[in-house]
Amino acid sequence: MSREAYQVPSLGGGNAFSNDNLGASSLDGPLVAYLCGECNARVSLKRGDQIRCKECGHRVLYKERTKRMVQFEAR
Amino acid sequence: MAPLVPSHEELERRRIVDINAETVANIPSTDFPGHWPGESHEWSLERFRDGFRIEFHQNKQFESSFSLIGLDAAIANAFRRIVVAEVPTLAIETVYVHNNTSVIQDEVLAQRLGLIPLKGSVEGLNWMRWFKKPTDDDPNSGSNLSDFNTVVLRLDVECTKNPNASRDEEDPRKLYKNAHVYAKDMVFHPVGRQEQYFTGEGAIQPVNPDILVAKLRPGQKLEMEMHCLKGIGADHAKFSPVATASYRLMPDIKILRPIIGEDAKKFAKCFPKGVIGLEPITAEDARQDSEYQGHSGELKAVVRDPFNDTVSRECLRHEEFQGKVKLGRLRDHFIFNIESTGQFDSDVLFLESVKVLKLKCARWKRGLTDLMR
Repeated sequence: MSREAYQVPSLGGGNAFSNDNLGASSLDGPLVAYLCGECNARVSLKRGDQIRCKECGHRVLYKERTKRMVQFEAR
Repeated sequence: MAPLVPSHEELERRRIVDINAETVANIPSTDFPGHWPGESHEWSLERFRDGFRIEFHQNKQFESSFSLIGLDAAIANAFRRIVVAEVPTLAIETVYVHNNTSVIQDEVLAQRLGLIPLKGSVEGLNWMRWFKKPTDDDPNSGSNLSDFNTVVLRLDVECTKNPNASRDEEDPRKLYKNAHVYAKDMVFHPVGRQEQYFTGEGAIQPVNPDILVAKLRPGQKLEMEMHCLKGIGADHAKFSPVATASYRLMPDIKILRPIIGEDAKKFAKCFPKGVIGLEPITAEDARQDSEYQGHSGELKAVVRDPFNDTVSRECLRHEEFQGKVKLGRLRDHFIFNIESTGQFDSDVLFLESVKVLKLKCARWKRGLTDLMR
């Protein structure tokens, strides 16, 4: 519970998988880009968005690789 | 008491390691190599110089074979070990991955890149210095990145679809651009004085440009920077300048009693080609050795070139050669074979190992004088 305080789940079914984004639209998080597991399209999602590819409707999305530089020892 | 003088037979016996059907005998050196009780084996540079010989059998750029004759196994082995583990070379040490969307994991890719042998102008490589790594206790220790201790390579490849490929093409190398990433895709970025040392042919580049590093598919991308440092094989095998560096002892075959006719042909077949020759028995032979009598004109087996023998001991398995042949190896004849990975020429590597051993001796001598003080 470091990022946000605990919220009592609303009875109206405000979980991420539900189709009504009533509760989520008011809380606008940053846009995060994901990659579709099926068609590799870029999908930008906000908090509370439906987890679904906009191109093909696939429900498995992957996080993009970090843009930070990573150091490795060649051994 | 005057020192004993060993007979010629005794000296010959000491020189040879016996190879019997199932055992190897007369192997050990004495406690103090080259010395026997009661005899004078005082070290003298002159005697060593007289007894020592080097013969080259082959000297190609990246593979050489030569014999060192007349020295102890300890010294020969020291040279071998130094060539393998202590002659410094340049290799990729750190990999900075900016992007890697290929299927091969960053750490696996980094390890693969490290093992690629690099080459560059020898003058430049010798000019390069060590990079001292910071220790865990003091992260601020260690040397700074400079033109004389770090070489920068970059690998930036992106795979795309090839619009000109035919529809039913199945080879990914034609279907896509950059489907295979090879060692030659690494680009050398000279810094400072490196531009003078590593120019033209002498630029830092992989020895074998066609080493496959990774495979890509359209949309996948590699973007990385590699830092190459100087190091030694004892630290990591990627720094070892040789693929193999080994020696074997010169084989020795003695035919004790004549091997004649069909037996001689069979005997020759027990060895690699050219090791045993067949010669007609002359009247002279018949007069000297009673066993040749009545066989003149037939063929006898003679040892022609033991160098190529593999010492398979095949001849010791056959009934008809029992007691007629003696196999062995010459204790002080080392046939070296050095195969370079390409950064240095193979004959230079051996000279480098001599240089390293000399430095070690000098360091040891300094240590001894410090001990006396």
